[in-house]
Amino acid sequence: MTLQKELDHSSTAKLSIHNVSKLFRSTRQTVSALEDINLHVEDGEFVCLLGASGCGKSTLLNLIAGLEKPTEGTMLTDGTPIDGPGRQRMVMFQEHALFPWLDVMENVLFGLNLKPGLTNDDRRELAMFYLKLVGLEKFVQSNIHELSGGMKQRVALARALAPNPQVLLMDEPFAALDAMTREQLYADLQNIQQKRRKTVIFVTHNVREAVCLGDRVILFTPRPGRIHSEYRVDLPRPRDINDEAVAQLARTITADLKKHTPSA
Amino acid sequence: MIRALCSLGFFAALILIWEAASRAGWWSPVLVPSPLAIGEYLIIAIKDGSLFSAGCVTMKRLMFGYLIGLSAGIPLGLLTARFRFASDTLGVLALGLQTLPSVCWVPLALLWFGQTEMAMLFIVTMGTLWAVLLATDHGIRQIPPIYRRAASTMGSSGLHLLWHVLLPASLPHLVSGMKQGWAFAWRSLMAAEIYVTVLTGFGLGHLLHYGRELQAMDQVAGIMLVILIVGFAADKLLFSPWETFLRRRWGLA
Repeated sequence: MTLQKELDHSSTAKLSIHNVSKLFRSTRQTVSALEDINLHVEDGEFVCLLGASGCGKSTLLNLIAGLEKPTEGTMLTDGTPIDGPGRQRMVMFQEHALFPWLDVMENVLFGLNLKPGLTNDDRRELAMFYLKLVGLEKFVQSNIHELSGGMKQRVALARALAPNPQVLLMDEPFAALDAMTREQLYADLQNIQQKRRKTVIFVTHNVREAVCLGDRVILFTPRPGRIHSEYRVDLPRPRDINDEAVAQLARTITADLKKHTPSA
Repeated sequence: MIRALCSLGFFAALILIWEAASRAGWWSPVLVPSPLAIGEYLIIAIKDGSLFSAGCVTMKRLMFGYLIGLSAGIPLGLLTARFRFASDTLGVLALGLQTLPSVCWVPLALLWFGQTEMAMLFIVTMGTLWAVLLATDHGIRQIPPIYRRAASTMGSSGLHLLWHVLLPASLPHLVSGMKQGWAFAWRSLMAAEIYVTVLTGFGLGHLLHYGRELQAMDQVAGIMLVILIVGFAADKLLFSPWETFLRRRWGLA
Protein backbone atom coordinates (compact mmCIF):
# COMPACT_ATOMS: atom_id res chain seq x y z
CA MET A 1 0.00 0.00 0.00
CA THR A 2 2.63 2.49 1.09
CA LEU A 3 4.93 1.23 -1.63
CA GLN A 4 2.31 1.77 -4.30
CA LYS A 5 1.68 5.26 -3.00
CA GLU A 6 5.39 6.01 -3.09
CA LEU A 7 5.62 4.76 -6.66
CA ASP A 8 2.53 6.55 -7.96
CA HIS A 9 2.89 9.85 -6.25
CA SER A 10 5.76 12.31 -6.48
CA SER A 11 5.57 14.81 -3.65
CA THR A 12 6.21 18.52 -4.14
CA ALA A 13 5.88 21.64 -2.05
CA LYS A 14 5.58 25.38 -2.32
CA LEU A 15 8.61 27.24 -1.14
CA SER A 16 8.51 30.76 0.22
CA ILE A 17 11.43 32.87 1.29
CA HIS A 18 10.77 36.19 3.02
CA ASN A 19 13.35 38.93 3.60
CA VAL A 20 16.21 36.48 4.05
CA SER A 21 19.69 37.82 4.75
CA LYS A 22 22.85 35.96 5.57
CA LEU A 23 25.98 37.45 7.10
CA PHE A 24 29.22 35.55 7.50
CA ARG A 25 31.09 36.93 10.49
CA SER A 26 34.72 36.29 11.11
CA THR A 27 37.05 38.07 13.51
CA ARG A 28 38.41 40.29 10.73
CA GLN A 29 35.36 41.16 8.73
CA THR A 30 31.69 40.59 8.15
CA VAL A 31 30.58 39.58 4.68
CA SER A 32 27.04 40.00 3.55
CA ALA A 33 26.42 36.93 1.41
CA LEU A 34 22.70 37.50 0.89
CA GLU A 35 20.61 40.61 1.39
CA ASP A 36 16.86 40.83 1.51
CA ILE A 37 15.94 37.83 -0.61
CA ASN A 38 12.28 37.29 -1.44
CA LEU A 39 11.36 34.30 -3.54
CA HIS A 40 8.24 32.22 -4.07
CA VAL A 41 8.42 28.91 -5.83
CA GLU A 42 5.31 27.06 -6.92
CA ASP A 43 4.58 23.36 -6.48
CA GLY A 44 6.60 21.43 -9.02
CA GLU A 45 8.28 24.49 -10.46
CA PHE A 46 11.85 24.30 -11.81
CA VAL A 47 13.71 27.45 -10.77
CA CYS A 48 17.28 28.23 -11.76
CA LEU A 49 19.41 30.54 -9.63
CA LEU A 50 21.90 32.19 -11.95
CA GLY A 51 24.87 34.40 -11.20
CA ALA A 52 28.63 34.81 -11.11
CA SER A 53 30.54 32.94 -8.43
CA GLY A 54 30.34 34.64 -5.06
CA CYS A 55 26.85 36.03 -5.62
CA GLY A 56 25.32 33.97 -2.84
CA LYS A 57 23.29 31.55 -4.92
CA SER A 58 24.89 28.50 -3.32
CA THR A 59 24.45 30.09 0.10
CA LEU A 60 20.73 30.42 -0.57
CA LEU A 61 20.63 26.76 -1.57
CA ASN A 62 22.36 25.76 1.67
CA LEU A 63 19.86 27.84 3.62
CA ILE A 64 16.94 26.11 1.93
CA ALA A 65 18.62 22.75 2.57
CA GLY A 66 18.82 23.71 6.23
CA LEU A 67 22.58 23.18 6.28
CA GLU A 68 22.97 26.79 7.39
CA LYS A 69 20.70 29.21 9.20
CA PRO A 70 19.73 32.64 7.84
CA THR A 71 20.76 35.70 9.83
CA GLU A 72 17.35 37.22 9.23
CA GLY A 73 14.10 36.32 7.54
CA THR A 74 11.85 33.30 7.28
CA MET A 75 11.77 30.32 4.96
CA LEU A 76 8.77 28.03 4.60
CA THR A 77 7.96 24.85 2.72
CA ASP A 78 4.20 24.49 2.41
CA GLY A 79 3.87 26.86 5.37
CA THR A 80 6.27 24.93 7.64
CA PRO A 81 9.42 26.78 8.73
CA ILE A 82 12.70 25.21 7.66
CA ASP A 83 14.62 24.15 10.74
CA GLY A 84 17.73 22.14 9.92
CA PRO A 85 18.30 19.61 7.17
CA GLY A 86 15.55 17.15 6.40
CA ARG A 87 14.48 14.40 4.10
CA GLN A 88 11.89 16.64 2.41
CA ARG A 89 14.68 18.74 0.85
CA MET A 90 17.32 16.64 -0.82
CA VAL A 91 20.54 18.09 -2.17
CA MET A 92 22.63 17.13 -5.17
CA PHE A 93 26.12 18.60 -5.01
CA GLN A 94 28.65 19.47 -7.68
CA GLU A 95 30.87 16.70 -6.35
CA HIS A 96 28.71 13.60 -6.45
CA ALA A 97 29.17 13.05 -2.68
CA LEU A 98 28.42 9.35 -3.08
CA PHE A 99 29.79 7.12 -0.33
CA PRO A 100 32.74 5.08 -1.63
CA TRP A 101 32.27 2.37 1.01
CA LEU A 102 28.85 1.46 -0.41
CA ASP A 103 27.95 0.10 -3.83
CA VAL A 104 25.44 1.81 -6.16
CA MET A 105 22.39 0.10 -4.67
CA GLU A 106 23.47 0.74 -1.08
CA ASN A 107 24.09 4.40 -1.86
CA VAL A 108 20.54 4.80 -3.16
CA LEU A 109 19.24 2.87 -0.15
CA PHE A 110 21.05 5.15 2.32
CA GLY A 111 18.31 7.80 2.44
CA LEU A 112 15.53 5.24 2.02
CA ASN A 113 16.75 3.27 5.05
CA LEU A 114 16.18 6.36 7.17
CA LYS A 115 12.62 6.74 5.92
CA PRO A 116 10.09 5.11 8.22
CA GLY A 117 6.99 3.19 7.19
CA LEU A 118 8.59 0.97 4.55
CA THR A 119 9.72 -2.64 4.62
CA ASN A 120 13.19 -3.50 3.42
CA ASP A 121 11.70 -5.12 0.32
CA ASP A 122 9.82 -1.91 -0.40
CA ARG A 123 13.04 0.02 -0.07
CA ARG A 124 14.89 -2.20 -2.49
CA GLU A 125 12.05 -1.98 -4.97
CA LEU A 126 11.98 1.80 -4.71
CA ALA A 127 15.75 2.03 -5.11
CA MET A 128 15.51 -0.17 -8.19
CA PHE A 129 12.70 2.01 -9.56
CA TYR A 130 14.85 5.14 -9.30
CA LEU A 131 17.94 3.42 -10.67
CA LYS A 132 15.86 2.45 -13.70
CA LEU A 133 14.62 6.01 -13.95
CA VAL A 134 18.18 7.29 -14.30
CA GLY A 135 19.09 4.39 -16.59
CA LEU A 136 21.51 2.57 -14.31
CA GLU A 137 19.64 -0.65 -13.60
CA LYS A 138 22.61 -2.62 -14.97
CA PHE A 139 25.04 -1.07 -12.50
CA VAL A 140 23.25 -1.87 -9.27
CA GLN A 141 26.21 -3.71 -7.78
CA SER A 142 28.99 -1.57 -9.20
CA ASN A 143 31.42 0.22 -6.96
CA ILE A 144 31.40 3.99 -7.14
CA HIS A 145 34.98 4.31 -8.37
CA GLU A 146 34.14 2.16 -11.38
CA LEU A 147 31.55 4.63 -12.72
CA SER A 148 32.13 7.55 -15.08
CA GLY A 149 31.48 11.12 -13.92
CA GLY A 150 28.08 11.23 -15.61
CA MET A 151 27.04 7.91 -14.12
CA LYS A 152 28.07 9.06 -10.66
CA GLN A 153 25.81 12.10 -10.99
CA ARG A 154 22.98 9.83 -12.14
CA VAL A 155 23.40 7.73 -9.00
CA ALA A 156 23.44 10.93 -6.96
CA LEU A 157 20.20 11.96 -8.65
CA ALA A 158 18.61 8.59 -7.93
CA ARG A 159 19.78 8.81 -4.32
CA ALA A 160 18.28 12.28 -3.95
CA LEU A 161 14.97 11.31 -5.58
CA ALA A 162 14.56 7.98 -3.79
CA PRO A 163 13.14 9.21 -0.46
CA ASN A 164 10.58 11.16 -2.52
CA PRO A 165 11.46 14.64 -1.23
CA GLN A 166 9.20 17.61 -1.87
CA VAL A 167 12.08 19.80 -2.95
CA LEU A 168 15.18 18.88 -4.93
CA LEU A 169 18.13 21.22 -4.51
CA MET A 170 20.83 21.01 -7.15
CA ASP A 171 24.12 22.86 -6.68
CA GLU A 172 25.83 23.04 -10.10
CA PRO A 173 25.46 19.28 -10.42
CA PHE A 174 26.74 19.08 -14.00
CA ALA A 175 29.53 21.66 -13.83
CA ALA A 176 32.31 19.09 -13.59
CA LEU A 177 31.09 16.95 -16.52
CA ASP A 178 32.14 17.07 -20.16
CA ALA A 179 29.83 18.81 -22.64
CA MET A 180 28.44 15.67 -24.30
CA THR A 181 27.55 13.98 -21.03
CA ARG A 182 26.01 17.19 -19.79
CA GLU A 183 23.72 17.55 -22.82
CA GLN A 184 22.52 13.99 -22.34
CA LEU A 185 21.79 14.73 -18.71
CA TYR A 186 19.79 17.87 -19.64
CA ALA A 187 17.51 15.69 -21.73
CA ASP A 188 17.27 13.02 -19.04
CA LEU A 189 16.61 15.50 -16.27
CA GLN A 190 13.74 17.09 -18.22
CA ASN A 191 12.35 13.66 -18.95
CA ILE A 192 12.55 12.68 -15.28
CA GLN A 193 10.98 15.98 -14.22
CA GLN A 194 8.11 15.11 -16.57
CA LYS A 195 7.59 11.75 -14.87
CA ARG A 196 8.43 12.59 -11.27
CA ARG A 197 7.63 16.25 -10.88
CA LYS A 198 9.52 17.96 -8.05
CA THR A 199 9.97 21.49 -6.87
CA VAL A 200 13.53 22.06 -8.07
CA ILE A 201 16.02 24.78 -7.17
CA PHE A 202 18.95 24.54 -9.56
CA VAL A 203 22.06 26.66 -9.00
CA THR A 204 24.26 27.39 -12.00
CA HIS A 205 26.53 29.99 -13.56
CA ASN A 206 25.81 28.67 -17.05
CA VAL A 207 23.17 30.90 -18.66
CA ARG A 208 22.19 28.48 -21.40
CA GLU A 209 21.88 25.64 -18.93
CA ALA A 210 19.54 27.78 -16.83
CA VAL A 211 17.36 28.67 -19.83
CA CYS A 212 17.34 25.09 -21.09
CA LEU A 213 16.19 23.62 -17.77
CA GLY A 214 14.28 26.29 -15.86
CA ASP A 215 10.65 27.32 -15.84
CA ARG A 216 12.03 30.48 -14.32
CA VAL A 217 15.52 31.97 -14.13
CA ILE A 218 16.45 34.19 -11.17
CA LEU A 219 19.42 36.50 -11.68
CA PHE A 220 21.73 37.21 -8.75
CA THR A 221 24.22 40.04 -8.45
CA PRO A 222 27.17 39.77 -6.05
CA ARG A 223 28.48 41.70 -3.03
CA PRO A 224 26.01 41.70 -1.40
CA GLY A 225 24.11 38.81 -2.97
CA ARG A 226 20.80 40.12 -4.21
CA ILE A 227 18.09 39.07 -6.60
CA HIS A 228 18.42 41.42 -9.54
CA SER A 229 15.70 40.29 -11.89
CA GLU A 230 13.91 37.22 -13.15
CA TYR A 231 12.95 35.72 -16.48
CA ARG A 232 10.11 33.36 -17.13
CA VAL A 233 11.03 30.75 -19.74
CA ASP A 234 7.95 29.77 -21.73
CA LEU A 235 9.68 27.69 -24.37
CA PRO A 236 8.21 24.27 -25.24
CA ARG A 237 9.78 21.13 -23.70
CA PRO A 238 11.84 19.13 -24.09
CA ARG A 239 14.37 21.82 -24.81
CA ASP A 240 17.80 21.34 -26.25
CA ILE A 241 20.66 23.58 -25.16
CA ASN A 242 21.44 24.23 -28.83
CA ASP A 243 17.90 25.41 -29.70
CA GLU A 244 17.85 28.84 -31.34
CA ALA A 245 15.18 30.08 -28.92
CA VAL A 246 17.23 28.95 -25.90
CA ALA A 247 20.32 30.64 -27.30
CA GLN A 248 18.43 33.85 -27.97
CA LEU A 249 17.02 34.18 -24.47
CA ALA A 250 20.41 33.24 -23.06
CA ARG A 251 21.95 36.13 -25.02
CA THR A 252 19.47 38.60 -23.55
CA ILE A 253 20.08 37.34 -20.02
CA THR A 254 23.86 37.38 -20.48
CA ALA A 255 23.73 41.01 -21.61
CA ASP A 256 21.61 41.88 -18.57
CA LEU A 257 23.96 39.99 -16.27
CA LYS A 258 27.06 41.69 -17.67
CA LYS A 259 25.61 45.15 -17.10
CA HIS A 260 25.09 44.46 -13.42
CA THR A 261 28.06 42.34 -12.49
CA PRO A 262 31.31 44.16 -11.79
CA SER A 263 33.95 42.77 -14.12
CA ALA A 264 36.32 40.34 -12.50
CA MET B 1 50.96 -18.26 -9.02
CA ILE B 2 54.29 -17.51 -10.68
CA ARG B 3 54.94 -14.88 -8.04
CA ALA B 4 54.21 -17.38 -5.27
CA LEU B 5 56.63 -19.87 -6.84
CA CYS B 6 59.19 -17.12 -7.12
CA SER B 7 58.96 -16.35 -3.39
CA LEU B 8 59.04 -20.02 -2.53
CA GLY B 9 62.12 -20.61 -4.68
CA PHE B 10 63.88 -17.68 -3.09
CA PHE B 11 63.39 -19.02 0.43
CA ALA B 12 64.29 -22.57 -0.57
CA ALA B 13 67.54 -21.30 -2.09
CA LEU B 14 68.25 -19.19 0.99
CA ILE B 15 67.85 -22.18 3.31
CA LEU B 16 69.90 -24.43 1.06
CA ILE B 17 72.80 -21.97 0.88
CA TRP B 18 72.59 -21.43 4.63
CA GLU B 19 72.67 -25.19 5.34
CA ALA B 20 75.51 -25.73 2.88
CA ALA B 21 77.52 -22.89 4.41
CA SER B 22 76.94 -24.27 7.90
CA ARG B 23 78.15 -27.71 6.85
CA ALA B 24 81.18 -26.25 5.10
CA GLY B 25 82.09 -24.76 8.47
CA TRP B 26 82.06 -21.07 7.44
CA TRP B 27 81.00 -20.18 10.94
CA SER B 28 80.69 -21.85 14.29
CA PRO B 29 77.29 -23.49 14.98
CA VAL B 30 77.35 -21.68 18.33
CA LEU B 31 77.11 -18.35 16.49
CA VAL B 32 74.74 -19.33 13.68
CA PRO B 33 72.91 -22.62 14.00
CA SER B 34 72.15 -24.52 10.81
CA PRO B 35 68.59 -24.72 9.46
CA LEU B 36 68.55 -28.40 10.21
CA ALA B 37 69.41 -27.82 13.89
CA ILE B 38 66.72 -25.17 14.09
CA GLY B 39 64.26 -27.58 12.52
CA GLU B 40 65.22 -30.29 15.01
CA TYR B 41 64.68 -27.93 17.92
CA LEU B 42 61.30 -26.85 16.54
CA ILE B 43 60.17 -30.46 16.10
CA ILE B 44 61.15 -31.31 19.65
CA ALA B 45 59.48 -28.14 20.96
CA ILE B 46 56.31 -28.97 19.07
CA LYS B 47 56.35 -32.59 20.29
CA ASP B 48 56.83 -31.75 23.97
CA GLY B 49 54.19 -29.06 23.68
CA SER B 50 56.39 -26.24 24.97
CA LEU B 51 56.13 -24.27 21.75
CA PHE B 52 52.37 -24.55 21.59
CA SER B 53 51.78 -23.57 25.20
CA ALA B 54 54.22 -20.66 24.96
CA GLY B 55 52.53 -19.56 21.73
CA CYS B 56 49.12 -19.65 23.43
CA VAL B 57 50.33 -17.62 26.39
CA THR B 58 51.85 -15.02 24.08
CA MET B 59 48.81 -14.81 21.81
CA LYS B 60 46.50 -14.42 24.79
CA ARG B 61 48.54 -11.51 26.11
CA LEU B 62 48.73 -9.96 22.68
CA MET B 63 45.00 -10.29 22.02
CA PHE B 64 43.99 -8.84 25.38
CA GLY B 65 46.41 -5.94 25.17
CA TYR B 66 45.54 -5.24 21.56
CA LEU B 67 41.79 -5.36 22.14
CA ILE B 68 42.08 -3.05 25.14
CA GLY B 69 44.20 -0.70 23.03
CA LEU B 70 41.63 -0.76 20.21
CA SER B 71 38.56 -0.40 22.35
CA ALA B 72 40.08 2.55 24.19
CA GLY B 73 41.97 4.05 21.25
CA ILE B 74 39.10 4.29 18.78
CA PRO B 75 36.61 6.08 21.10
CA LEU B 76 39.35 8.38 22.44
CA GLY B 77 40.39 9.17 18.87
CA LEU B 78 36.79 10.06 18.05
CA LEU B 79 36.81 12.32 21.07
CA THR B 80 39.99 14.17 20.11
CA ALA B 81 38.73 14.56 16.53
CA ARG B 82 35.42 15.97 17.72
CA PHE B 83 36.35 18.26 20.61
CA ARG B 84 39.10 20.85 20.49
CA PHE B 85 39.63 20.59 24.23
CA ALA B 86 40.29 16.85 23.98
CA SER B 87 42.56 17.44 21.02
CA ASP B 88 44.60 20.08 22.88
CA THR B 89 45.03 17.88 25.93
CA LEU B 90 44.69 14.17 25.25
CA GLY B 91 45.77 14.59 21.62
CA VAL B 92 49.06 16.19 22.58
CA LEU B 93 49.66 13.54 25.23
CA ALA B 94 49.02 10.81 22.67
CA LEU B 95 51.40 12.41 20.21
CA GLY B 96 54.10 12.49 22.87
CA LEU B 97 53.59 8.98 24.18
CA GLN B 98 53.39 7.53 20.70
CA THR B 99 57.00 8.49 20.09
CA LEU B 100 58.03 6.62 23.24
CA PRO B 101 59.00 2.99 22.48
CA SER B 102 56.76 1.05 24.84
CA VAL B 103 59.64 -1.07 26.11
CA CYS B 104 60.60 2.08 28.01
CA TRP B 105 57.57 1.40 30.19
CA VAL B 106 59.08 -1.89 31.42
CA PRO B 107 60.84 -0.54 34.55
CA LEU B 108 57.78 1.37 35.72
CA ALA B 109 55.40 -1.45 34.87
CA LEU B 110 57.49 -3.82 36.97
CA LEU B 111 57.51 -1.38 39.85
CA TRP B 112 53.75 -0.82 39.67
CA PHE B 113 52.44 -4.26 38.93
CA GLY B 114 55.28 -6.57 39.89
CA GLN B 115 56.08 -9.62 37.79
CA THR B 116 52.49 -10.17 36.81
CA GLU B 117 50.25 -10.42 33.79
CA MET B 118 49.14 -6.89 34.50
CA ALA B 119 52.63 -5.60 33.74
CA MET B 120 52.57 -7.42 30.39
CA LEU B 121 49.12 -6.13 29.56
CA PHE B 122 50.10 -2.60 30.48
CA ILE B 123 53.15 -2.62 28.21
CA VAL B 124 51.25 -4.06 25.24
CA THR B 125 48.36 -1.64 25.72
CA MET B 126 50.74 1.33 25.86
CA GLY B 127 52.19 0.15 22.56
CA THR B 128 48.79 -0.06 20.85
CA LEU B 129 46.65 2.64 22.34
CA TRP B 130 48.38 5.80 21.11
CA ALA B 131 48.92 4.64 17.56
CA VAL B 132 45.26 3.64 17.25
CA LEU B 133 44.08 6.85 18.89
CA LEU B 134 46.08 9.03 16.53
CA ALA B 135 45.05 7.05 13.44
CA THR B 136 41.37 7.33 14.37
CA ASP B 137 41.73 11.04 15.03
CA HIS B 138 43.44 11.56 11.70
CA GLY B 139 40.94 9.32 9.88
CA ILE B 140 37.97 11.31 11.16
CA ARG B 141 39.58 14.66 10.40
CA GLN B 142 40.33 13.86 6.80
CA ILE B 143 36.70 12.93 5.93
CA PRO B 144 35.53 15.30 3.19
CA PRO B 145 32.91 17.56 4.85
CA ILE B 146 30.57 16.87 1.93
CA TYR B 147 29.88 13.32 3.19
CA ARG B 148 28.57 14.69 6.45
CA ARG B 149 26.47 17.29 4.63
CA ALA B 150 25.03 14.77 2.20
CA ALA B 151 24.24 12.38 5.04
CA SER B 152 22.58 15.05 7.15
CA THR B 153 20.28 16.11 4.31
CA MET B 154 19.20 12.46 4.10
CA GLY B 155 18.26 12.57 7.76
CA SER B 156 21.33 10.96 9.31
CA SER B 157 22.60 12.34 12.61
CA GLY B 158 24.08 11.30 15.94
CA LEU B 159 24.93 7.63 16.29
CA HIS B 160 23.61 6.77 12.84
CA LEU B 161 25.97 9.33 11.33
CA LEU B 162 28.87 8.00 13.40
CA TRP B 163 28.23 4.36 12.59
CA HIS B 164 27.14 4.61 8.95
CA VAL B 165 29.19 7.56 7.73
CA LEU B 166 32.05 8.73 9.93
CA LEU B 167 33.50 5.33 10.83
CA PRO B 168 33.28 3.81 7.33
CA ALA B 169 34.55 7.03 5.78
CA SER B 170 37.64 6.85 7.95
CA LEU B 171 38.12 3.13 7.34
CA PRO B 172 41.32 3.41 5.24
CA HIS B 173 43.02 5.31 8.05
CA LEU B 174 41.49 3.09 10.72
CA VAL B 175 42.83 -0.04 9.07
CA SER B 176 46.33 1.34 8.71
CA GLY B 177 46.15 2.57 12.31
CA MET B 178 45.02 -0.86 13.52
CA LYS B 179 47.83 -2.41 11.56
CA GLN B 180 50.36 -0.07 13.05
CA GLY B 181 48.89 -0.68 16.50
CA TRP B 182 49.25 -4.41 15.94
CA ALA B 183 52.88 -4.04 14.93
CA PHE B 184 53.62 -1.96 18.01
CA ALA B 185 51.79 -4.39 20.28
CA TRP B 186 53.73 -7.34 18.89
CA ARG B 187 57.10 -5.62 19.27
CA SER B 188 56.34 -4.40 22.79
CA LEU B 189 55.17 -7.80 23.92
CA MET B 190 58.31 -9.49 22.67
CA ALA B 191 60.47 -6.90 24.41
CA ALA B 192 58.43 -7.29 27.58
CA GLU B 193 58.63 -11.08 27.56
CA ILE B 194 62.38 -11.01 27.06
CA TYR B 195 62.85 -8.52 29.90
CA VAL B 196 60.20 -9.55 32.37
CA THR B 197 60.05 -12.96 33.92
CA VAL B 198 56.49 -13.71 34.88
CA LEU B 199 55.59 -16.77 36.87
CA THR B 200 52.06 -16.94 35.57
CA GLY B 201 52.91 -17.86 32.00
CA PHE B 202 55.81 -18.76 29.80
CA GLY B 203 55.64 -16.98 26.44
CA LEU B 204 57.62 -17.08 23.22
CA GLY B 205 59.82 -14.24 24.43
CA HIS B 206 60.70 -16.29 27.52
CA LEU B 207 61.65 -19.28 25.41
CA LEU B 208 63.96 -17.02 23.47
CA HIS B 209 65.40 -15.54 26.64
CA TYR B 210 66.12 -18.95 28.16
CA GLY B 211 67.61 -20.14 24.91
CA ARG B 212 70.11 -17.34 25.32
CA GLU B 213 70.80 -18.21 28.95
CA LEU B 214 71.37 -21.84 27.99
CA GLN B 215 73.52 -20.85 25.01
CA ALA B 216 71.08 -22.82 22.86
CA MET B 217 71.26 -20.78 19.69
CA ASP B 218 69.12 -23.28 17.80
CA GLN B 219 66.35 -22.45 20.27
CA VAL B 220 66.93 -18.70 19.94
CA ALA B 221 66.87 -18.83 16.14
CA GLY B 222 63.93 -21.24 16.13
CA ILE B 223 61.84 -18.93 18.30
CA MET B 224 62.86 -15.95 16.18
CA LEU B 225 61.51 -17.83 13.20
CA VAL B 226 58.23 -18.57 14.99
CA ILE B 227 57.86 -14.92 16.01
CA LEU B 228 58.44 -13.89 12.41
CA ILE B 229 55.88 -16.38 11.10
CA VAL B 230 53.25 -15.33 13.64
CA GLY B 231 53.70 -11.67 12.68
CA PHE B 232 53.48 -12.51 9.00
CA ALA B 233 50.38 -14.70 9.44
CA ALA B 234 48.65 -12.05 11.54
CA ASP B 235 49.24 -9.52 8.82
CA LYS B 236 47.79 -11.83 6.18
CA LEU B 237 44.85 -13.11 8.23
CA LEU B 238 43.82 -9.99 10.11
CA PHE B 239 44.54 -7.16 7.72
CA SER B 240 44.73 -8.49 4.19
CA PRO B 241 40.93 -9.05 3.95
CA TRP B 242 40.35 -5.42 4.94
CA GLU B 243 42.91 -4.15 2.50
CA THR B 244 41.44 -6.25 -0.30
CA PHE B 245 38.01 -4.86 0.51
CA LEU B 246 39.31 -1.30 0.46
CA ARG B 247 41.04 -1.88 -2.87
CA ARG B 248 37.98 -3.42 -4.48
CA ARG B 249 35.31 -1.12 -3.08
CA TRP B 250 37.09 2.22 -2.85
CA GLY B 251 39.53 1.67 -5.68
CA LEU B 252 42.44 2.52 -3.42
CA ALA B 253 45.85 1.34 -4.55
